[in-house]
Amino acid sequence: MKFMRWLGLTALALTVGGTAQAETVKIGVVLPFSGANADLGHQVDKAFDLYVKLHAKDIAPHKVEIVKRDEGPPTGAVAKTVATELITNDKVQILTGFVFSPSAIALAPVVTQAKVPMVIANAGTAWITNLSPYIARLSFSMWHHGYPMGAYAHDKIGCKTAALAYTDFPPGKDSTEAFKTGFEKAGGKITEAIPMGSPVQVPDFTPFFQKIKDAKPDCMYVFIPSGAHATGVMKTYGELGMRKAGVKLIGPMDLIPDNKLQDMGDAAIGTIVMGNYAVDLNNPENKAFNTEWHKAYGKDSYPDFMSAAGWDTMHAIFDAIKKLNGKAEDGAKVIDAMKGWTTNGPRGKVTIDAATRDIVQDENAMEVIRKPDGKLGIKVLGTTKAVKDECKEQKVGRCGS
Amino acid sequence: MPHFAIIAVSILFDGLAYAMFLFITSVGLSVTMGLMGFVNLAHGAFAMAGGYVVVSLTKDFGVGFVPSLVIAALVVGAVSAVFERTLYRRLYKSTDLEQVLLTIGLAFMAIATATYFYGPIPKSVPLPDWLQGDINLGFRTFPSYRAFLIALGAVLIAVLWYAFERTNIGAKIRAAVDNRRMAESVGINVDRLFTLTFAVGSGLAALGGGLAIQLFGLNPSFAVLYLVLFLIVVAVGGLGSLKGTLLAALVLGIFDTAGKYLLADAGGFFIYAVTVVVLLIKPAGFYGRE
Amino acid sequence: MAASETISPERNAARERAAEYLLSRHRFHWQEALPWLIAIAAYFIFPDRMTFGSQVLVMVMFALSLDLILGYAGIVTLGHAAFFGIGAYTVGLGAARLGWTEPISGLFAAAMVSALVGFLTGWFLLRYRGLTLLMLTLATAIMLQEAGNLRSDLSGGYDGLPGLEFKPLLGIFQYDLYGRANYIYALVALAVVFYFVRRIVYSPFGQALTGIRENIRRMHAIGSPVHRRLVTVYTIAAGIAGIAGALFTQTNAYVTLTVFDFDNSAKVMVMLILGGTGRLYGAFIGAAVYMVLEDHLSKLSPTFWQFGIGLLLVLAVLFARRGLLGLLEDASKYFTKRSKP
Repeated sequence: MKFMRWLGLTALALTVGGTAQAETVKIGVVLPFSGANADLGHQVDKAFDLYVKLHAKDIAPHKVEIVKRDEGPPTGAVAKTVATELITNDKVQILTGFVFSPSAIALAPVVTQAKVPMVIANAGTAWITNLSPYIARLSFSMWHHGYPMGAYAHDKIGCKTAALAYTDFPPGKDSTEAFKTGFEKAGGKITEAIPMGSPVQVPDFTPFFQKIKDAKPDCMYVFIPSGAHATGVMKTYGELGMRKAGVKLIGPMDLIPDNKLQDMGDAAIGTIVMGNYAVDLNNPENKAFNTEWHKAYGKDSYPDFMSAAGWDTMHAIFDAIKKLNGKAEDGAKVIDAMKGWTTNGPRGKVTIDAATRDIVQDENAMEVIRKPDGKLGIKVLGTTKAVKDECKEQKVGRCGS
Repeated sequence: MPHFAIIAVSILFDGLAYAMFLFITSVGLSVTMGLMGFVNLAHGAFAMAGGYVVVSLTKDFGVGFVPSLVIAALVVGAVSAVFERTLYRRLYKSTDLEQVLLTIGLAFMAIATATYFYGPIPKSVPLPDWLQGDINLGFRTFPSYRAFLIALGAVLIAVLWYAFERTNIGAKIRAAVDNRRMAESVGINVDRLFTLTFAVGSGLAALGGGLAIQLFGLNPSFAVLYLVLFLIVVAVGGLGSLKGTLLAALVLGIFDTAGKYLLADAGGFFIYAVTVVVLLIKPAGFYGRE
Repeated sequence: MAASETISPERNAARERAAEYLLSRHRFHWQEALPWLIAIAAYFIFPDRMTFGSQVLVMVMFALSLDLILGYAGIVTLGHAAFFGIGAYTVGLGAARLGWTEPISGLFAAAMVSALVGFLTGWFLLRYRGLTLLMLTLATAIMLQEAGNLRSDLSGGYDGLPGLEFKPLLGIFQYDLYGRANYIYALVALAVVFYFVRRIVYSPFGQALTGIRENIRRMHAIGSPVHRRLVTVYTIAAGIAGIAGALFTQTNAYVTLTVFDFDNSAKVMVMLILGGTGRLYGAFIGAAVYMVLEDHLSKLSPTFWQFGIGLLLVLAVLFARRGLLGLLEDASKYFTKRSKP
C-alpha cells in the first residue's frame, strides 16, 4: 500500500513537473534592412540579437523564435504587407521593431483585427499608441525630448529667444511643436520656424542656417532625422561659425547619434541635447550593456539610443513571456502583462504607462564635450525623472483623439 | 551695410558655391549628351565613385584632400573610358529609352557595390586646416571651403573655356557637336574624340563628387539622388554647351539658395519651377539647339 | 483590262493570308487566358499571400497604364507616379475628409480626377519630346509632392492618412485579415481595365498610336492629328494610373506622400521594360516577376537585390530588347519551327 502511494505520488510529481511545457513564442521582427535607412535597422537588430543571446536562459524552458522581415521604405505599404504575412503566414504571436512611423500607423488596424501585440522599438509619432489597444511603445515620442527641452532651454541654458529649424515631415513638425509648447510656457519667444526640405534629400543647410545666423536668436533648436542629416547639420553649424556668433545649438538627441559623434569634430562641442540615452550615460546597466556590445560587435561599434530602446523592448517582451509562462497566444494578455512594467535599463528607469501603453523614462540634458581620452562624449547636465509623453497628457491635436 | 544687402551677399555667395558644384559635376554630362546624343544616367554613379575614392584615399591611405581629388578624377576618368569603349559604344545607335535603361542598370549596380564595400552610413572627409574655418570680411564671415569651391570653379571654367574656344581639340569638339557627319567627313575622328570627352566629363563628375562630400555627405544613394539635379542643369542649359551649363548652374544654384533663404516653406519648389518655366519657353534650354 | 482582273491566284492567296494575319491579331488567342488563369490559381494555391498578391495586381495595372503611353505611343515620361498619386489621394482624401467610403465609386472618382490632370498637363507638355519632356514630367511630379507636403494639414504629409475605412464591396464582401476580398476586387478591376485597354490598342486609334511611335514625321505628313491623339492616350493612361493608385489606397487602407516618389515612376518603368513594352502582357510578366523576385531576393540580401536588378536591366538591353515576353515569343517560335517537318 505504501509502495502504491509512493508510486502515485511520484507519478503525480512527474505529471505536474511535466506540465511546465516548453513553449516556443514566435516573434516577428520588422526593421529596415535595405535602402538608405539600413543602418538604423541594424542598430536595433543588433540589440535584439544581443539580448536574445544573453538572456535566453531567463525564460527557460521556453524559447523564442525570431522571424525577420524587411520593413522597406517609409511608405507603410511594404511594412503592412510584410507584417500581415508574418501574422497570417508565419503565425507570429508578437510583432516588434518598426523604425518608421508610417509602418506602425499602417499596421494599427491590422493588429487590432488580428489581436496581435505590436511592441514598437522606435517609431516616434506621438499619437501612434492611440491607434490600437494592442500597441505598446518602448522607445519615445518626439514630445519626450522636445517638451522638457523647452523649459530647460529657457530656465537653465538662458535662451530667451529661439529659432526652430526642422526637416519638413511629421517628426520634424512634432518635435519643434513640442519644444515650442514647452519653451513658450516657460516664457521664451520663438523667432522663426524654418522647414528645411524633405527627408529624402540631404540638403545644403547653409541658406537656412545663414538666415538664422542673421536673425541672431539665443538658441537654435534643430530637428533632423537621425542619420545622414546629423553630420551635415554639425558641419554647416561649424562652417558658418554660429557658436562664435552666439547662437547655441540645441535639439533632441537625434542631433548627435552616438555612432556618428566622432566624425563631427570640434563643431559639436558645446551642443546641448535632451535625450534618453547616450553611450556615456553613467549607470551600471549601461556599462554592462556597452561591455557586452563591444564584446559582440567590436570596439569600433557603438550602440545608440535606438539600440538601447531595442534592448529594453526585447527585455519587456521576455518579461511578458515569463509572466504568462510562455503562453503568448492571447494578445490582450501580453499587452496587459506589459502595462505597468518597469525596469532599470541602459537608459535608466523605464516604465510602460498602463493608461497609454507608451513609455515613461528619464530625460537627460546632455552637453557634448571632449573627453580626456581625446574622443567626443557627453556630460549629463541634469535629469528630469519619469517624463511622460506630454502630447497625450495635454491632449494636443491628434493626441487627444 | 544695409540689411537687405547683407542678405543679398549671403545668397549670392552661397548660391555661387552651390552653382560651382553643379557646374563641375554636370558639364561632362552636357557635353557628352550634346556630342553623341547618348543619355548617360550613370553620370551620378561616376560622381559617387569619385567621392568614395577620395574617402578611401584620405582615410585609409592618408593622402591629402586636394591630391585625392586629382587622383580620383584621373582614376574615374580612365575607368569611364574603358566603359565607353566596351559597353556604351554598342548603344550609340539605340533608342533613348535603351540608353536610359542600360545606364540606370549600371547605376544600380554601382550603388549596390558601394553599399557592399562602404556600407550605407554617410561618410565625411578630413579637410586640411586651410579649408576649415572661415574668412572674415568685416560685415560677414565666409566659410573657407565654399570660397575654395568658388575659386576652383572659376579656374576650371577658365581652363575649359580656353580648351573649348582656343584649342584645336576644342574646335573639333564644337564642330562634332554642331554637325557630326560633316565633322567626320573632314577627317575628324569623332569616335576617339568622344572617348576623350567622355573621360574628361566623367573625371570632372568625380571631382564634383569629391567636393560634394563636405557639402552633403556621401552615401550610396548619391548616385541617383543628385542625378535629377544634374539632368535639370543639363536640360535647362542646353545640351553640348559650356556656356549653357554654366548659366543654368548659376541660375538654378542662386534661385535655389534664394528660395531656401527667403521662402523656406516652399524652398525646394524653386528649382523645379524655374526648370519648368525655362523649358516651356526654350525647350532646348538656354543654349541648346532645336 | 483592269489590273484587278488579272491577279493571279497566288497573289490572291497572299492577300488573303495578309488579311487573315491582321484580323487574327484582334481575336483572343488561347495564350491570353494564361495570365488570368495563373492569377486565379494563385488565389487557391497561395491563400496566405493575398495581401502581397493585391499589391502585385496594383502594379500590373500601373505598368499597363504606362505601356499605353510608353509602349504604344512612344512617350517617355519620368512623372507617371504623379497620376498614381493623384488617384491614391483622391480616394484617401475622400474617405478621410469627405466620408466617401464606397469603394467602386471611389475608383471612378479617382479615374476622373487623374484623367483630368492628365489632360491638362498633357495638353501643354506633349508638345515637347526627348529630354525636355522627361524633365518637364519629372518636375511636375516633384512639384505635386512638394505641394502635398506644403499642405500636410490636408494630406497628412509623409505620415499620411491613417486608418481609412472602406465600406464592404457591394455591401457584402468584408475585408478580412487575409486580404482575399481585396485580391478578387483588384483582379476584377484589372480585368475590366484590361479589356478596355485591349479594345483601344487594336482599334484604328491604337494603330495611329503605333504610327506615331514609329515615325512621327510621317504621321504629321499624312495629316494625322498627332497632338490630339497623344493627349487622348495620355489622358486615358493617366486615368488608369489613377485607378491603380486608388486601388493601392483601398487595399492598404493607408496612403502617404511617398506615392509620388520618383522611385515609383522609375520602378514601374523598369517592370515594364523587363516584361516587354508595346505588348500589353509585358506589363503582367514584368510587374509580377519584378515583385516576386524583389520579395524573395531582398529577404536574402538587399544589396544583392539591387545589384541583380541593375545587372538584369543591362543584360535585357544588350540581349533581350523586347523583354521577357519577347524572349518567350522567340522561344515558342523556335519550338514551333522545330516541330514542323
